[in-house]
Amino acid sequence: MIPAPTDQDLTIEVHDLVKRFHAEGPAALDQVSTGVAHGSITGLVGPDGAGKTTLLRTMAGLLMPTSGTVRILGLDPFRQGNLLREKIGYMPQKFGLYEDLTVLENLDLYADLRNVTGEERRRSFEKMLAFTDLAPFTARFAGKLSGGMKQKLGLACSLLGSPQVLLLDEPGVGVDPISRRELWRMVRELAQGGMTVVWSTAYLDEAELCDDVRLMNHGRVMASGAPKTLLGLLEGRCLHVANLAGHRREVLRRALNAPEVMDGTIQGANVRLLLREAGRRPDLASLEAGPAATLVEVEPHLEDAFISLLGGGPGGDSALSKVMPRVELDPHTDPHAVIEARRLSKRFGDFTATDDVSFRVSKGEVFGLLGPNGAGKSTTFKMECGLLKPSEGQALVMGIDLKSSPSEARQRLGYMAQKFSLYAQLTVMKNLVFFSGIYGLEEERQRVKIQQMVEAFALEPFLDTLTGELPLGFKQRLALACAVMHEPQLIFLDEPTSGVDPVTRREFWTHINGLAQKGVTVMVTTHFMDEAEYCDRIGLIYRGRLIALGTPDELKQGVATPDRPNPTMEDAFIELVQGADR
Amino acid sequence: MSAFAPRRLWALCRKESYQIVRDPSSILVAFILPVILLFVMGYAINLDADHMRIGLLVEDPGPAAVRLEQTLCASRYFEVHSGSSREALVTRMAHGEIRGIVIVRSDFTSKLKQGHGDAAVQVITDGGEPNTASFIAAYVQGAFDTWQRDLAVDQGLQSAPTLDLRLRTWFNPGNVSRNFLVPGSIAVVMTIIGALLTSLVVAREWERGTMEALLATPVTKAELLVSKVLPYYVLGMLALIICLGVSVFVMGIPFRGSLLALVGISTLFLGSALGMGLFLSTVLRSQFNAALAALTSAFLPALMLSGFVFEIDSMPKALQFLTRIIPARYFASSLQTLFQAGTIGASLWANALGLGLLMLFWLGLTALKTRRTLD
Repeated sequence: MIPAPTDQDLTIEVHDLVKRFHAEGPAALDQVSTGVAHGSITGLVGPDGAGKTTLLRTMAGLLMPTSGTVRILGLDPFRQGNLLREKIGYMPQKFGLYEDLTVLENLDLYADLRNVTGEERRRSFEKMLAFTDLAPFTARFAGKLSGGMKQKLGLACSLLGSPQVLLLDEPGVGVDPISRRELWRMVRELAQGGMTVVWSTAYLDEAELCDDVRLMNHGRVMASGAPKTLLGLLEGRCLHVANLAGHRREVLRRALNAPEVMDGTIQGANVRLLLREAGRRPDLASLEAGPAATLVEVEPHLEDAFISLLGGGPGGDSALSKVMPRVELDPHTDPHAVIEARRLSKRFGDFTATDDVSFRVSKGEVFGLLGPNGAGKSTTFKMECGLLKPSEGQALVMGIDLKSSPSEARQRLGYMAQKFSLYAQLTVMKNLVFFSGIYGLEEERQRVKIQQMVEAFALEPFLDTLTGELPLGFKQRLALACAVMHEPQLIFLDEPTSGVDPVTRREFWTHINGLAQKGVTVMVTTHFMDEAEYCDRIGLIYRGRLIALGTPDELKQGVATPDRPNPTMEDAFIELVQGADR
Repeated sequence: MSAFAPRRLWALCRKESYQIVRDPSSILVAFILPVILLFVMGYAINLDADHMRIGLLVEDPGPAAVRLEQTLCASRYFEVHSGSSREALVTRMAHGEIRGIVIVRSDFTSKLKQGHGDAAVQVITDGGEPNTASFIAAYVQGAFDTWQRDLAVDQGLQSAPTLDLRLRTWFNPGNVSRNFLVPGSIAVVMTIIGALLTSLVVAREWERGTMEALLATPVTKAELLVSKVLPYYVLGMLALIICLGVSVFVMGIPFRGSLLALVGISTLFLGSALGMGLFLSTVLRSQFNAALAALTSAFLPALMLSGFVFEIDSMPKALQFLTRIIPARYFASSLQTLFQAGTIGASLWANALGLGLLMLFWLGLTALKTRRTLD
């Protein structure tokens, strides 16, 4: 699978590369051997902690390999950095910009540092500013730029001096899909001009656009090849259960329990399955998807390849949902308005973060809030769970105004924050005891509940581990456990799956689906477009306003055109946001 | 490693200067804080004792006692509160209303006439404030001497003291504590700029991820280091000029030394303070930790162990030894010399040597710890 890195055309060659940060700890890079072809865009793909950044930094000469070799253009980036640095452009995460310097001052600085002077400098500035459309903003401070513009400026700074190799570390993080597409266009243009590009990303859909990908996990390259080649291996293994009747979440649960099925997701009104073997399909009748249901073969995705390499997703049953009681609302609570926003607005000074947003979420519904970074989805989200006070309008939970009786409402809701918000210095057990305690669980009830959570999330081996030292996936599991221990009737999840590997993401969605089936109302934010498909309904927030509200299929169909009869969620997102700008 | 390039150094210095100028906190620390601090040190903190509140109980109605009372009341050092009983005065002292009690016993006149008056005047001081207590004791003694001399003159007696002690306070003849506090506080200000401000600058680059981008360019270690020292050196010297101007022209503190010596010694001091700040910033890579470390290892010692408030000679031997590695000690002492005594070669050279060694130590350590990699 790994191409022999001796080819003449390889710009970057990596041999048996090992990088350890601590002598006894796990290797951040474990025997990595790979090559990057001249003039290609190669994607390093994997979850957080897979080793993507470490590999890029080693290529940039910023880290010394523990053992093994790296050669770029035939040179060792660590020992011969002085010969190589001018030939490599490197954009770190967060783009490496000085926020208190203007666009032009940032360019000037990096031009001087990269020895770009005189006529060459004038020409390259002209070219860069045109290339990135930043010409009207040269006097603006970098800190005042939008995420997409920062990313372009970061790219421009790393491109000064016409490097032959461009290393981009997660350039898509914190940037909306529109800017990401634009970046792709720019990088593609550069690669066509002969530049060799290495692009790291946690988004598997993004990686499908690369010429070549390296799927990474736990410091190893698990698979290499062109996306087409990798996807070819999955030919005939991806199916949609279409025209299904009954509840799609139930269908998915049954499908995941079928031995032929390796993985499954919800895709709008359909259920998408990955088979263990092409041709061995599950019995349609056992899925109880209704008489009209059919199995339709669909295009495989890179995520399927990754899941397949990791040995498949989790089963269909959520251990968490088993221990959750069925939600019975108070008789006077309107089951169609368990969560409600009534003309919600929030202003910070003269900036309106949320502008007149209204929606209602029914009992047992999974409601997703989507939007570009800084669009106001977090502000809206925080008002709905009582963490921010609205400037105008009302945020209600089960008919209770969060402004007037926040504590009564809070006892019934669970909240999982975007940033890890457990006590890193406490052990897993102590966090469980603490969080169950603050929700009023005591003695026998507390003991039983903690035991249930430990079993549901497989936390047993980590009970005495400090929470800060847990692997990311387990941190997220523990955070979810702490949010649901008091058996809330509704739960707020703020980007619960960002950074974790696809299998853990699947597991999370199995839990979310399981909770919804028990009647728990779920409100979730995400920036994964495929995750939006799991939601019953989606609210798209842009510039503080709710610009679209509907089921995933409604939103997708709304932007369908004759040229593009089956738009993806990302297409819908981009189309709707651009429509709002017009 | 590529060769040292003045263009890159200049670009980095320019960037650093933009950041200084645009960061309101650096302007605050470099220009506003020094002035505030100078005024606080110069006027609010005063080690001179004026108007000390004392209680006075005169149990003897005789003329000699009245005369002593008048002498005490006339002194500018005392604010005399007369009391009716010993108990009342003790209570007032316990409440901190007065800092000492002078009691003239009822047998004062008779003992005086007998010619062998032992313990005729009792002075009780509040040991809770040892400085004030010793001032009171000394000044009451002084007032007593004055009274005795006046009495002798009145009675036509020729007092012939066996010893005539003539006190002169050199270098600060008015014994104004401001004159030595202000030069000392300049050392504190410079420590804040040198160590506290620079403790943030390298850590900031790490936190914001810009260090990674810088290291991926052809920039050299030397360029990186010098670009962090130079702009802050200039900032420190500007602050020094402001401090000097305010002290001399606004507060009227004499400056007797040479400006050249001042610039030289300040350069050495800033070098060591900047070196220390940069070292902390480089090693800790977090603004919060570096600032805390700078506060405890540079600012507090500069305040307490530099000899600027607490005299080094009266410290325990171990602490005296410790002060030798504190740059502010050499700088405060040099400044006090330059302000009050003028350019005294021997003392300045010794201080310059100490500062120079510390500067080499800290900058050398920083250079050693500055890596061109992220490991």
